[in-house]
Amino acid sequence: MKKLPWIFVLFGLLAAPLGWSQSLTVGAVTGNEAALPIAVVPFAFEGAGLPPDTDISAVIGADLSRSGQFRALGRQDIVEAPARPADVKFATWRLLKQDFLVIGRISDADAGALRIEFELFDVAKQSRLLGLAIGARPNDLRGAAHQIADLIYEKILGVRGAFWTRIAYVTATGVGRDTQYALMVADSDGFNPQTVVRSREPLLSPAWSPDGKRLAYVSFERGNSSIYIQELTTGSRQVVASYRGINGAPAFSPDGSRLALTLSHSGNPEIYVMDIASRRTTQITRHFSIDTEPQWMPDGATLLFTSDRAGKPQIYSVPASGGDATRVSFQGEYNARATIGYQGKTLAMAQGGGNVYRIAVLDRSRGGAGDMRLISPGNLDESPSFAPNGSMILYAAREGKRGVLFAVSADGRVRQRLVLADGDVREPAWGPFRQR
Amino acid sequence: MNNPMRVILSVALIASLAACSKKVKEEAPTPTPEPTKVETPVAVDDGKYDASDLDSDACLRQRVVYFDFDKAEIRGEAQAILACHGKYLVDRPSAAMTLEGHADERGSREYNLGLGERRGNAVSSALQANGGSASQLNVVSYGEERPNCSDSSEECWGKNRRVEIVYTAK
Repeated sequence: MKKLPWIFVLFGLLAAPLGWSQSLTVGAVTGNEAALPIAVVPFAFEGAGLPPDTDISAVIGADLSRSGQFRALGRQDIVEAPARPADVKFATWRLLKQDFLVIGRISDADAGALRIEFELFDVAKQSRLLGLAIGARPNDLRGAAHQIADLIYEKILGVRGAFWTRIAYVTATGVGRDTQYALMVADSDGFNPQTVVRSREPLLSPAWSPDGKRLAYVSFERGNSSIYIQELTTGSRQVVASYRGINGAPAFSPDGSRLALTLSHSGNPEIYVMDIASRRTTQITRHFSIDTEPQWMPDGATLLFTSDRAGKPQIYSVPASGGDATRVSFQGEYNARATIGYQGKTLAMAQGGGNVYRIAVLDRSRGGAGDMRLISPGNLDESPSFAPNGSMILYAAREGKRGVLFAVSADGRVRQRLVLADGDVREPAWGPFRQR
Repeated sequence: MNNPMRVILSVALIASLAACSKKVKEEAPTPTPEPTKVETPVAVDDGKYDASDLDSDACLRQRVVYFDFDKAEIRGEAQAILACHGKYLVDRPSAAMTLEGHADERGSREYNLGLGERRGNAVSSALQANGGSASQLNVVSYGEERPNCSDSSEECWGKNRRVEIVYTAK
C-alpha cells in the first residue's frame, strides 16, 4: 500500500491528544425498539501470554447493533460471563429478556496465531444454533470479530452479513488551494483507515472492483478529471480515461471486465462502457442533456444513470449494450447518484427538493414505479452506497462546514455517524463481500 | 430539438452582444495613461487591447461569470465582461484561456461536474460569439470540488456557481 501506513501513524500521533482513537466511529445516533435483543458475553482469554487489546465481543455487539436488526446488551448488564456451553444458565438471560446469547473463548494456536471458538444460543429454546472455531492472526482480531458477527447475522436472519467488508471514502483537509485530498479504505465500522492515494487536487467517485482488489476513482492531478484504476495491495495504478472534457463516475461491471463511465469529449456528458483489457469504449447514451453516474444492475445487462433530459436530474435505465433509456424515478424533483441494493430490487438515491437533499430508498419489489421513502434527516445528504447484502447504506452528510459519513439501516431505523476527527469526509463507497 | 434551439440562442447572443462589444470598443482606447510603454516604441493606439490591459482595464480585470442554481444561461450582467474578453481574444490571436466551470455543493458531485462543464461551454460559446476562436478556449469543469466559499448559504452558493476565466497565454 505504497508505504502509507507510516503517514497514517504520524497522523495518528498528531491527532491523538484530541481524543482520536484510531477510528472513524462515534456512537449510535438512533435506536430501534423492534431490534432483536442479543447478549454477547466477553470472550475468555485462555492463551499463555497477555490477552489481546481487541475486545472481540464488543466489536461483534457493535456490528450487530449498527445493522438495526439487533440490540446488543450493554456491558454493564452482562452479569455473568460463561466461557463454555456448560457454564450457561439460561434463566439469567431469560430474565434479562435476551433472545440470543453469544459466548466464546480465545486460545493459542500454532505459530503465534490465535483460535477463537464461539457458540450462539437461542435463549428461549435453550438450544445451540451455532458452534464454530476460527483462526486469527493477533493483529487481525477485529477482522475475526467481523467474520463472527457475519456468521451470527446469517444464522439468525438467513441473510449473509456484511460486517467483514471494507469501505472507501475521500477526505479533504485544509482550506482553499491548500486543501489536501486523500482516498482512504477502512473496515466497515471505520476502523483501520489506510491511505490509498493522496493528492493536492480533488479526488472523487471511488468505485470497488467486484473482487475488492482494485479501486477506480477520479483525480484532478493532471489538471483535468481523469479516471485511474489502482491495485490496493501493490499501490500500482493506471490512467484508463483522460480525454478532453469530463472523465468521471467509474463503475465496475459485476464480472469486473468492464467499466461504465462518463465522458464528455463528444461535447456533453454521455455514458460509455469500456472493456478494461482493451480500453475500447462504446457509447451508450446519446443525448444533449447531462448523462452521468452509471451503475450496473446485478445481471450486468442494464445500467442505471442520472440524466436531466426531462429538465431536472432523474434516474434512468438503459441496456448496457446501448438502446433506449427509460425513466426509473418519478417522485421528487431531483434524484441523482443511484446505488443498487442486493439483487436490484431496491435502489437508493440522493433526492432533492428546494434546498434540502436527503437519501431516498425506492423499493421496486412490488412492481410499478415502486415505493419511495426518505431515510435520512439531513439537509445536504448525498452519495448513498449500499452494503453488499443490501442491509445498510453509507452516505455523506454535512455538519456545519464539515462533511461526515453516516451508516443507516436500509429501513432507516438505525443510524450511526462515522467521522474523522480532522477534516471533511465524503464520497463513501461500500466494498464487496470478502472471500473467507 | 437541441440544435435549432442552440442556433437560435447563439444568434440571439451574437445580436445582443454586438451592441456591447461596440460600446467596449469606444471605451477601450482610453484605459489609463501609458507612461511605461517601453516595450512598444511605436505606441500608436489602434484601439486594440494589449497584454498590459489585462491588469489595467476595468472590464478585462473581471474574470468571473456567475450563474443561477442548476442553470447555465448567461445573465445580462455578464455580457460586458464576455464582450471585452472576446475582443481581447480577437485583438491578440496568440492569447488563450481556460474556462473553469464550477457548481455549488447542492446535488451530486458527478452531476455537478456536468453542470460546471455546461457553464464553461456557455461562456466559451459567448466568447466565440464575440469573436474568440475555439482554439483559444479550453473548458475544465471542477464541479463542486473547488468552492470559493464554504458556508451552506444562498450567498455562498451564489459565489460558487461560476466560471473563472484563467489566461494561459496573454
